[in-house]
Amino acid sequence: MEDYLVRMENICKSFPGGVQANRNITLEVRPGEIHCLLGENGAGKTVLMSILYGLYKPDSGTIYFKGKKLDIHSTKDAIENRIGMVHQHFMLVPTLTVAENVVLGQYQPWKVLNDMDKVHQRIRTMSDEFGLDVDPSKVVQDLSVGEQQRVEILKALYHGADLLILDEPTAVLTPQESEHLLKFLRDLANRGLTIIFITHKLEEVMQVSDRVTVLRDGRVVGTVNTRDTNPRELARMMVGREVLMELKKAKTEPGKVIFSVRNLRVKDARGLEVVRGVSFEVREREVLGIAGVSGNGQTELALALAGLIESDFDEMRLDGQLITKRDLQRLNRLGMAHIPEDRQKMGLILPFSVAENFVLKTYRDEPFARRGFLQFDTIREYTRSQVSKFSIRVGDIEEEIAHLSGGNQQKVVVARELDRQPRFLLVNQPTRGIDIGATEFVRQQILVERDAGAAILLISADLEEIFALSDRILVMFEGRFMGEVPPDPALVEQVGLMMAGKTVQTSG
Amino acid sequence: MELMPALLFLQSMLAATWRMATPIIYAAVGEVFTERSGVLNIGLEGIMLIGAFAGYSVAYETGSLVLGLLAALLSGLLSGLIFAIFTVSVKANQIVVGAAFNMIGMGLSAFLYRTIYSQSGKVLSLQPFRPLDLPVLSNIPFFGEVLFRHNIVVYGTLLLTLIASFVLYRTAFGLSLRSVGEHPKAADTTGINVPATRYVGVLIGTVLAALGGASLTLAYSDQFVEGIVTGRGFIALAVVVFGSWSPWGAFGASLLFGSFYALQLRLQAMPEVVIPYQFLQALPYLATLLVLISLTRRARAPRALGVPYP
Amino acid sequence: MDWVGFRARLGKQLRSVWTPLIAIPISLLIGAVILLLSGYDPIAAYQAMWQGAFKDRVAVTEVLVKATPLIFIGAGLAVAFRCSIWNIGAEGQFYVGAVLATVVGIYLGNLPGVILMPLVLVVGMAGGALWGMLAAYLKNRFGASEVVTTIMLNYIAVYITGYLVTGPMIETKGLFAQTPKISESAWLPRFLPPTRLHIGFILAIVFCIVLYILVFKTSVGFAIRAVGFNPDAARYASINVRSNILLAMAISGGAAGLGGAVEVAGISYRLYQLISPGYGFDGIAVSLLVGNNPLGVIFSGILFGALRSGAEVMQLSAKVPSVLVFAIQGLVILSVVATGAYRAVVREKEE
Repeated sequence: MEDYLVRMENICKSFPGGVQANRNITLEVRPGEIHCLLGENGAGKTVLMSILYGLYKPDSGTIYFKGKKLDIHSTKDAIENRIGMVHQHFMLVPTLTVAENVVLGQYQPWKVLNDMDKVHQRIRTMSDEFGLDVDPSKVVQDLSVGEQQRVEILKALYHGADLLILDEPTAVLTPQESEHLLKFLRDLANRGLTIIFITHKLEEVMQVSDRVTVLRDGRVVGTVNTRDTNPRELARMMVGREVLMELKKAKTEPGKVIFSVRNLRVKDARGLEVVRGVSFEVREREVLGIAGVSGNGQTELALALAGLIESDFDEMRLDGQLITKRDLQRLNRLGMAHIPEDRQKMGLILPFSVAENFVLKTYRDEPFARRGFLQFDTIREYTRSQVSKFSIRVGDIEEEIAHLSGGNQQKVVVARELDRQPRFLLVNQPTRGIDIGATEFVRQQILVERDAGAAILLISADLEEIFALSDRILVMFEGRFMGEVPPDPALVEQVGLMMAGKTVQTSG
Repeated sequence: MELMPALLFLQSMLAATWRMATPIIYAAVGEVFTERSGVLNIGLEGIMLIGAFAGYSVAYETGSLVLGLLAALLSGLLSGLIFAIFTVSVKANQIVVGAAFNMIGMGLSAFLYRTIYSQSGKVLSLQPFRPLDLPVLSNIPFFGEVLFRHNIVVYGTLLLTLIASFVLYRTAFGLSLRSVGEHPKAADTTGINVPATRYVGVLIGTVLAALGGASLTLAYSDQFVEGIVTGRGFIALAVVVFGSWSPWGAFGASLLFGSFYALQLRLQAMPEVVIPYQFLQALPYLATLLVLISLTRRARAPRALGVPYP
Repeated sequence: MDWVGFRARLGKQLRSVWTPLIAIPISLLIGAVILLLSGYDPIAAYQAMWQGAFKDRVAVTEVLVKATPLIFIGAGLAVAFRCSIWNIGAEGQFYVGAVLATVVGIYLGNLPGVILMPLVLVVGMAGGALWGMLAAYLKNRFGASEVVTTIMLNYIAVYITGYLVTGPMIETKGLFAQTPKISESAWLPRFLPPTRLHIGFILAIVFCIVLYILVFKTSVGFAIRAVGFNPDAARYASINVRSNILLAMAISGGAAGLGGAVEVAGISYRLYQLISPGYGFDGIAVSLLVGNNPLGVIFSGILFGALRSGAEVMQLSAKVPSVLVFAIQGLVILSVVATGAYRAVVREKEE
């Protein structure tokens, strides 16, 4: 066998429901290299690495590690073989301390925990050695997102890792934090660690990797040396098309102010202020984008505007009308539409049928209900027309909506909200976790609505999306707006700085 | 009111408090482990009844109280195994399964008692656990009676709570258990076997509940009566919440409820008290309601409580 | 008319009938094993049970009489469970309804029947509704688990009844623990003499139909179901979660209270301590057996009525303690759960 650290050969994995996540994938990673696994949402990258880490068992295929065939039955096997993984959604228990999280699962059940101070000491030493700045005695839920990720990394290194897998680590970091992380990974590689890095961001691949394997639809498209390729080629391999997407964005003149709020303040569940007095206006025929790393108050801002959590403000107006705190709960009924951040948790009722979900907000009104009784024929007809108008892939509209794919579910939410011809549309992470076709569709619909005269507030952690759709961009950091910029691609770096908390003079 | 009678009243009431709290302590401390692992078992009442009957019948037939306790323990294991299969492996709705266990426990224990014993015409009482008369300590005025004249089952609650607290907070198993109830996915990725851990959590709960039931027939009274648990299994649920899901919290909260039972019994026995006895009997249940109201949002329940995994 | 959709939905309804059809034999089988191990002859026992329930017209009407409270309670629980409110307090709500019905039936006994009869029922329903809403209020305001609060309210209701029936409302001081009979003008007519079958049974069926329509055909029912499946999404859709919780408990408690009032006005004509031998708990099995469907409750109510009725005879002739039925009900619930899970696994493998 040649000089590789790990070789995954002909890996196949499918899930109930017919999803074939990995189709005959062969992957080779050389020792000491940074190897990127590139692909869009749903390409199979996480599944493949989960197999390597022992979270799933492949349907077929073999894994060779350090020259020997390796059967990985559980994460314990992986950890014992010095494979570590930093997950996209942190695997930390919030109520336990950093130290407790680090040793979790490592001891025999009957072991008495009387040497935790030694653990603390070792964590501190490693933290200093790798420059991670981690405090072992802090409780995880009190840490920031960036700190939690560093804990995840330290956890993997603590248990001894020759191979470190990271799954979309920069998804939750500011551009500056991402820079820092990439440099850190380079350091680790120089010390002899091998790194597999899952991402869908081309710039990261170009910046830090030695080689890159592109996955598409569960198959390997190719493996190339990074210095022999370029973003365009990688993009083509990733999606099979030359350019990702063309959005038709007409030039419009924003009209009058539809929505305005002054000094909005929101507290989180623990009583800390997470939205600290923001003010803004949105005009008709305009998309106001709010950029920022997840966790800086955007979620609370959206929930507050939708009337789903408590908030305080000096003044709020919708279409000229003054809105009181009580009205917020009925904003729905006053011409506001809301595409929520989490469609499964909030936007849809999964056990309800597609048809029932379409009338989720309108089931009380004519023509869907008359004198309290639901008019099923009308509901069904309406649903069918919407489904065809928005090309939603549905088998039977009476079927549980849980059976639809993520992209189609989101289409239902979008179709439902937009059909109400809202004056004001609140959109939060509209294309998270959906396939490329649905993404393009949703983004185009937002622009269509804008042209038709709506005022749109777009919240997204996807900078590309913000730049593509917005007419004005506000950057949110720690509950405040750091500044406003026009959607000029040249200003990405400036936006990045603002996302990290550095105020910048806004241009004009 | 005169001092002597008042003190005597207080003394007998406090002495009864620990005794009456005992079955609740066993069940509640057990349920702490179950809920901390993420499973909600509302079937404690039925499981306690089965334990009470099992303990009674084996002790009665063999003449050995220890064998009775062992039988109760085994019944708890069996109940727990079935409960865990339904809630952890089959991932059924935990409230529904718990309700079913209550019905089965109530029906089965009464059925078996009537079948085997009530028509027999024999003397049905057995020799329960005697109070340990601790040499010097039990002669201390006031506190001697309150603290040092109990039977071994009552003292067992103290040992139990000590061990439980140690296991939960100072062992690797306790750490794993707590993580499984808070963030099972995270625990899973560190190699912890989540279902197995939950099985153990459930079993600890049901075994202790069964022992708590047996404490009623083998220590508190001297025979089995249908429905002898009278709602203590449900009160244990409130105790877990009130005690913030900690063993010592459960111990303390159980004592509080024990005092209500004790108070109610003492007042019933006093002819001067004109309150109808039914209102006194309702006291512990009313107290539970008030306790649940006053808690509002104090301690947080284990985040994954009641949610099957995965 | 959308025939394709209709057939698909009918198929789904029919398939859901499989679960109870499989679950009942399983639990009876386990019951037989218990009987065998306890030294009884299961065949003789079940035969006695069957005879007791169905041997002649009187027996069958007795089944329907016993089914009546179960149907009321079960229908109400179907609504509560669909809202994900675990109302274990139907027993207490039944008692409260019975108490208030008796109070009205005795102390307002001079009112003409055409007013008194409906009044008795309405007051019983209102009492049960309020008793249930109390638990809902405590849940909304204080986050108190309805599982524990409704159970506590059960005990309190039973003790209050015990007090009234042995104290202020006792018929003859020092004798039986029961109240005097309520005024005859409130008695629900028995339409098949000499059997005890009364119009309360018809009322129960009508009640089920009403609740079925409410849950599945109205906006109100839509909201209740939405809250039961996903309270976050319901709130997002401007559905008031707290109001719906109160409403679900009002309906559920009201149903149980109405059941209690009907039991007093139709069968016992007075209140005594054991006015419900555990109907509130039977009701849980009644509703779960048919997947919390208010119409299906009619059938499972009759089934459990047969179980109870037959069990009484079984106790008399085969000497098997009738209390076993309680355990069989619990086994039914577990069988339903197991069957449902098994079928879900089978269905997934098919896909």
